[in-house]
Amino acid sequence: MNYNWDWNIFFKSTGIGSEIYLDWFVSGLGWTIAVALMAWIIALLLGSVLGVMRTLPGKVLPAIATAYVELFRNVPLLVQLFMWYFVVPDYLPEPLQIWFKQDLNPATSAYISVVVCLALFTAARVCEQVRTGIQALPRGQSAAALAVGFSIGQTYRHVLLPQAFRIIIPPLTSEFLNIFKNSSVASLIGLMELLAQTKQTAEFSANIFEAFTLATVIYFVLNMSLMTLMSLVEKKVRIPGMMGGAK
Amino acid sequence: MSMIEIKNVSKWYGDFQVLTDCTTDVKKGEVVVVCGPSGSGKSTLIKTVNALEPFQKGDIIVDGISVGDPKTDLPKLRARIGMVFQNFELFPHLSITENLTIAQQRVLGRSKDEAMQKGMHYLDRVGLKAQANKFPGQLSGGQQQRVAIARALAMDPIAMLFDEPTSALDPEMVNEVLDVMVELAHEGMTMMCVTHEMGFARKVANRVIFMDRGAIVEDCEKEEFFGNIDARSERARQFLSKILAH
Ligand SMILES: Nc1ncnc2c1ncn2[C@@H]1O[C@H](COP(=O)(O)OP(=O)(O)OP(=O)(O)O)[C@@H](O)[C@H]1O
Ligand SMILES: [Mg+2]
Repeated sequence: MNYNWDWNIFFKSTGIGSEIYLDWFVSGLGWTIAVALMAWIIALLLGSVLGVMRTLPGKVLPAIATAYVELFRNVPLLVQLFMWYFVVPDYLPEPLQIWFKQDLNPATSAYISVVVCLALFTAARVCEQVRTGIQALPRGQSAAALAVGFSIGQTYRHVLLPQAFRIIIPPLTSEFLNIFKNSSVASLIGLMELLAQTKQTAEFSANIFEAFTLATVIYFVLNMSLMTLMSLVEKKVRIPGMMGGAK
Repeated sequence: MSMIEIKNVSKWYGDFQVLTDCTTDVKKGEVVVVCGPSGSGKSTLIKTVNALEPFQKGDIIVDGISVGDPKTDLPKLRARIGMVFQNFELFPHLSITENLTIAQQRVLGRSKDEAMQKGMHYLDRVGLKAQANKFPGQLSGGQQQRVAIARALAMDPIAMLFDEPTSALDPEMVNEVLDVMVELAHEGMTMMCVTHEMGFARKVANRVIFMDRGAIVEDCEKEEFFGNIDARSERARQFLSKILAH
């Protein structure tokens, strides 16, 4: 194959305004981070609530959480995205519908759809991690917490969750990374995140290989930084005297 | 005066009856030892006292308050009863100090200083003041169990429940925990102890309860229990000969 690599392409003008191709990547990365972080925060909160629900006594709350998990885990992500972007808005109350379809600029409505989609999808997975973490704790821990007079809420807050979250930092890290990778589905509904900008660069400049190489490097560096960040967090909250902790 | 009154308590897991019509009481300042073979329902019985195990029949009155009454504020009741577990169950993510103070602050509403003072007082009493800033995982089993006792005492309990507090310990650590318990008994603490430490029972118990298959088979004064072996039930004699053999 005879391909002329041209790494200078990123500093060349796109022909639109004074933008160079690198600007597109920077803005794409910005959207990717904005989507992933917002979706992650919601997923973490919602997933924790659902995970706790699955471990509560009684029937109703665990059943609701289980149904949620099964639903969101078993429908393909893309189907969910199209539902949130193309179908659900049609069923919103009139004023909301107009707001979503007409008042918002297209990037914002795509952003909202993809954040909702990724947040709810990932919440189901976070839920399962949180549930596993809680169930991995010795049963005596909740008995001891109740025995000192804690309410159920205090038992979770002060005793069960702080331990469960420490246990599940590694699987949560991979969910965190997944949400960044999954955010690339946003390109399918026109949100100009990193993948969309990469495709656009490839089309405009015809430097396909350079564009996708740069995108690969950016995703890779992003993932590596997140992994480093999470292992710092893990170290920071490590319990002295516990397995792997400082004696 | 009865501190813990257990009245005709029965409990089932599905079809399986774990407790059968259990009746006994523990008076203020009394030390009652509960023993019996594995699976006889000792843990279940002692956990019904602070409602960690619900029961279907009968009632338990702790200091005048009914445990079975759905209107009873269980967290409040539990906060007044200390409990010590076989596996210590300190909160491993909290330092020893935090283990001693968290419930005082969050449940009893004590100030940090007050909780700290109380916690340190009891930590000193179990001889572990030097370990205050460590974490449970950094202590030996015997030390952890002493901290667990201090944690319970810091709540100023009206009675203490022990569920085999020494059976998870290496033999050389059993005595350091028993010593603390003996001291407590001498100070007049009301205690209900599931234990197979018959030396402890001989030394400080007022009464000994023997359970078998979910029922209270023997419930008598210590002197009678150990002194008049011939009057004991077949099962109790078998059990005693087994655990006293070594
Ligand atoms: N959650 C449960 N579901 C069904 N059966 C149970 C449950 N918990 C305990 N049991 C049964 O109830 C019986 C009494 O258990 P318990 O733990 O009170 O016995 P124990 O006297 O404390 O025994 P050990 O000396 O082994 O601690 C046992 O036969 C046990 O198998
Ligand atoms: Mg037991």
